[in-house]
Amino acid sequence: MKIVVLVKQVPDSGAERTLRNDDNTVDRASANNVINEMDEYAIEEALRLQEAHGGEVVVLTVGPDRATESIRKALSMGPDSAVHVVDDALHGSCAVATSKVLAAAIAQQNADLVICGAESTDGRVQVMPHMVAERLGIAALTGARKLTVEGSQLTIERQTDEGYEVVTAATPALVSVWDTINDPRYPSFKGIMAAKKKPLQTLSLADLGIAAGEVGLDGATSAVAEHNKRPPRQAGNKIDAGDDGGAKLVEYLASEKFV
Amino acid sequence: MAEVLVVVEASSQGGVKKVTLEMLTLARTLGGDVAAVVLGGSSDELTAKLGEYGATKIYAAAGADLDEYLVAPKATVLAGLIQRVSPAAVLLASTQEGKEIAARVAVKLDNGVLTDVVALEPDGTATQVVFAGSTIVKSKVTKGLPIVTVRPNSLTPAPAPATPAVEPVEVAVADKDRLAKVVERKVEAKGARPELAEASIVVSGGRGVGSADNFKLVEELADLLGGAVGASRAAVDSGFYPHQFQVGQTGKTVSPQLYVALGISGAIQHRAGMQTSKTIVAVNKDAEAPIFELADFGVVGDLFKVVPQAAEEIRKRK
Ligand SMILES: Cc1cc2nc3c(=O)[nH]c(=O)nc-3n(C[C@H](O)[C@H](O)[C@H](O)COP(=O)(O)OP(=O)(O)OC[C@H]3O[C@@H](n4cnc5c(N)ncnc54)[C@H](O)[C@@H]3O)c2cc1C
Ligand SMILES: Nc1ncnc2c1ncn2[C@@H]1O[C@H](COP(=O)(O)O)[C@@H](O)[C@H]1O
Repeated sequence: MKIVVLVKQVPDSGAERTLRNDDNTVDRASANNVINEMDEYAIEEALRLQEAHGGEVVVLTVGPDRATESIRKALSMGPDSAVHVVDDALHGSCAVATSKVLAAAIAQQNADLVICGAESTDGRVQVMPHMVAERLGIAALTGARKLTVEGSQLTIERQTDEGYEVVTAATPALVSVWDTINDPRYPSFKGIMAAKKKPLQTLSLADLGIAAGEVGLDGATSAVAEHNKRPPRQAGNKIDAGDDGGAKLVEYLASEKFV
Repeated sequence: MAEVLVVVEASSQGGVKKVTLEMLTLARTLGGDVAAVVLGGSSDELTAKLGEYGATKIYAAAGADLDEYLVAPKATVLAGLIQRVSPAAVLLASTQEGKEIAARVAVKLDNGVLTDVVALEPDGTATQVVFAGSTIVKSKVTKGLPIVTVRPNSLTPAPAPATPAVEPVEVAVADKDRLAKVVERKVEAKGARPELAEASIVVSGGRGVGSADNFKLVEELADLLGGAVGASRAAVDSGFYPHQFQVGQTGKTVSPQLYVALGISGAIQHRAGMQTSKTIVAVNKDAEAPIFELADFGVVGDLFKVVPQAAEEIRKRK
């Protein structure tokens, strides 16, 4: 089985993140950039399938030059090789355009399975999996908390607000995963050394047959007009519980008409 | 005047979700008629509810294709409807399914899409809150019509009675829409509590709650207040409470009238999911816990003393 894992580089969600003032795009230059957390679970799931069924795992990233760091980090967990689509024209691409680039790059791979995160922590949009699957005309099993593979048959448990759904499809297919699906491994020292020598193919938009005007700020289907910091919340009253903390809490709730 | 389409979200029991009423209320402010789109079973009760909140028309699509497969058939039907009626805007709920349908429709129509929108102007300007609630963004779809997903609890639903005309919509989907088959739907018991993303009161527990068993305390307070139960990631990872109740960056975003944080430190990724709550109350034994920086009312103390006492006090007042 050949598996392509989609890995996005995002600004660390544990630090302060901002938009650029010049063109309202995510400030990636001054941020500490990391692998989108959910994508580590996607990599882990791909590696487990490879261990059980054999085959090949390829990492695919669309992003700027500096995303190479994240790609090497991803490779250090164990995948065989990586594809990095990098092109100056991609700066400021919207989700619709990015999905076109990802789909074109996936199409070149002849993969049986595409695994990605359920959402990214910078956009939090949760749209990419279905956009990519729609373009490729393959099944999308999204929001998986469990994946089982038997031959070419895939089954997931999909988390819903009310419980879960069991959803099946045959390969070729795309599966998106939540962080409940597994515990990603830490790269070993050997893995980190090996990652430096693993094949990393760099592709431009031209290599994918996509024109510069179809992506980037010019080709975007939506635009940010302005952005502002939200005024930080003001801390209110803080009391010591003493002997009647619970009673005081309820007094406050009552004064706000919650009780 | 072109219509504004509101894609209805209903629970598996067929009741309309509150976010649908919020979207109908929002749609009425955009100019033009409000039409609800039902993708899946509809009923007289549903029609009445949609009418009560201002839907003058209901596009009703039904059939096995919509029920038995994941979102793709729904997207095909919605995209077809959009092409036929050329609406002024399309509103979907910012839920997993709402975003997924919107994603597919955007690709089919080569149209922009904005997610997690909290406000929308008649000129299509949308407001989004991003980066853990720290930044407010105004954005617009610049290609095609505004297709936006609306975050639950972004506005207060208000009735505006109308008598909707129901127009059946044909479901004609392709084989490639029938690839992901739903073979089973499991409802995990949550009792009578409101749904987390929609609840006007949320009581959440963190690592400080200590065990799955102790979460009964959190549930008790939630039930006394008529709220939903949430949990921090540390509580979920420790197995205290199921993942679908996680609040934060990698869980649900909630925006209730009241958020109560019990034994939660207030890490940035947790704040991402609850920062826009109207009123925040925290109980934590560490006076320096960051959660107090955003709490309107904070109690520094042991939650195992404070919460039972508060529960007792609420019972007394009832
Ligand atoms: C990419 C990423 C995504 C993440 N997504 C999320 C997310 O979606 N949601 C989320 O919540 N976190 C998320 N996290 C984790 C987050 O960083 C924190 O680790 C987590 O929120 C901590 O949970 P907590 O506050 O329950 O635990 P802790 O930080 O351990 O805090 C426990 C608190 O309980 C208090 N306490 C202990 N005992 C008592 C007592 N008896 N009475 C009163 N107080 C007591 C302690 O003083 C402490 O402040 C994410 C992290 C990353 C890296
Ligand atoms: N530029 C990108 N390069 C590679 N993968 C991506 C990219 N953008 C999104 N993805 C994948 O799509 C998933 C969902 O992203 P999103 O729809 O942006 O929330 C992520 O977890 C990634 O696996």
